[in-house]
Amino acid sequence: MNTAARSAAGALFALLATAALAQTAPDPWPELVVDIFHSRPIAAADGVVTLDAPARAEDAAIVPMTMRFADPTQIKVATLVIDQNPMPMAAAFTLGDKSAVGFIETRVRVNSYSNVHAVAETSDGKLRADAKFVKASGGCSAPAVKDQDEAVANIGKMKYREFKSADPAKREAQIMIRHPNASGMQMDPVSRAYLPAHFIDQVEVFQGETPIFKMEGGISLSEDPTFRFTYAPNGAKTIRVEAHDNKGGVYKGQWPIGEAS
Amino acid sequence: MLRRMLALVAALAPLVAGYPARAFSLSEIAPGVYAHQGETSLMTRENMGDIANLGAIVGDEAVAVIDTGGSLIEGRAFLAALREKTQKPIRYVINTHAHPDHTFGNGAFVETGATFVGHKNLPRALAARGPHYLSAFRAQMGDALDGVTIVPPTKTVDQTLTLDLGHREIVLQAWRTAHSECDLTILDPKSGVLFSGDLLFLQHVPVVDGSLLGFLDVADRLAAIKATQVVAGHGPVPAPWPKALEDQRAYLMRLTTDLRAAIKKGEGVAAAAKTAGTEEREKWRLFDDYNARNATAGFAELEWEGP
Repeated sequence: MNTAARSAAGALFALLATAALAQTAPDPWPELVVDIFHSRPIAAADGVVTLDAPARAEDAAIVPMTMRFADPTQIKVATLVIDQNPMPMAAAFTLGDKSAVGFIETRVRVNSYSNVHAVAETSDGKLRADAKFVKASGGCSAPAVKDQDEAVANIGKMKYREFKSADPAKREAQIMIRHPNASGMQMDPVSRAYLPAHFIDQVEVFQGETPIFKMEGGISLSEDPTFRFTYAPNGAKTIRVEAHDNKGGVYKGQWPIGEAS
Repeated sequence: MLRRMLALVAALAPLVAGYPARAFSLSEIAPGVYAHQGETSLMTRENMGDIANLGAIVGDEAVAVIDTGGSLIEGRAFLAALREKTQKPIRYVINTHAHPDHTFGNGAFVETGATFVGHKNLPRALAARGPHYLSAFRAQMGDALDGVTIVPPTKTVDQTLTLDLGHREIVLQAWRTAHSECDLTILDPKSGVLFSGDLLFLQHVPVVDGSLLGFLDVADRLAAIKATQVVAGHGPVPAPWPKALEDQRAYLMRLTTDLRAAIKKGEGVAAAAKTAGTEEREKWRLFDDYNARNATAGFAELEWEGP
């Protein structure tokens, strides 16, 4: 995706210009529409997609975001964009044809005061967006990895949880993946070299062999990426996950679909 | 009296061009051990980042400074106040961890020629977070942030390190991830004073920026340190040791218990962050500034417990 390269190039500029941005941030959204959505027209959400976001990022490194869909059967792709972040495209979820995903909750980093957009592509090919403004966290909160040694030591571990779904026709589950999802760009104080970014760039979730969703993402997702969602069960006995990171790491998990806990 | 007046004059002298200095209190809490109590507040332009407790230990030959404050202005006021107490060379500047209220004053001490000392993870933490801190606090503090630079340590502590100040050996101890991933404590056995950094909060609600379970574990292990009084990272100085640990432990336990219950029930992180720990609200200052943040990070950590 060209967006990734462009965003990475933009990241360095963003880093250098953050001080200025914090004061008078220009609205990056028009340019993001060009970069991420190839200038396609984007209509108001009109209830088709709803973004739940906190008014303030409590912890800059872990900000919960939920995209809800009024008619899950009509959503093809749902994209989460943190406008002011160095790499704004946090995650794009391509939903399985019959998975009928009702909502997706994940966690992102929010570097500074920012609009967050949830953009849904419906099966008629149209784009609709909901947006929320999120205030930056205060104090010593930083969009950084909490414990880098621990994050690296546990890389690739996964956890699967099931929940009682509010909708009896749906199942509700959560996939958690240990990964530093590190932004890079910081200097290693010993080698004086800039650390490379190391992040999950793709996660596919299947029931049996049928995709529930495929996520493509970047460094705006929090460390230990997590996805909680509802889907329409197809009778399969297993949930399967395959995740990839930008350094070629492949992480797999599989669990029996049980009774909701 | 004359000394006190000189100290006042020094503190009021313009320390950074175009910005007025503020009075800076530094009290001798034990012979040769000095402590400054910061405001229990967020860092603002008005308080110039003066929200953390700072200290200094003076041996026969040299001085060790413990944390430097939340701005260059505060660091310079601290240095001026310290110079009123002793003219001995400042051999070490020790940072208890990476947070801005403890390290933004480092620049004031560079020209003293002191060796900067910190946890082995401190250079990495400053590299990862420093640029963000500088931009985030510019918005919060405006020109009170002028001149602040990130000064990493050149001497680091893996486990423990003893520093000799001349007939006074102080013991530095590095801890596993707790309040942050680079917490360091300083014990002065001669006076029985422990500088805990932010491994101890008093009155100011504890802040978890590393690991909730690590914080509980380390705080419990701190209790075994043979000290008689403590200079916490925030709150009244000095405080009785180890009794001072009790309130913080109650808060961290409450938060942990509430989060585990929320996770077990299948609540989401956003909902849990609104309620977990709130029984403790009346006991702490700045509760609404930090509790939801602690709960959010704690939730993400505790979610991995169990099968």
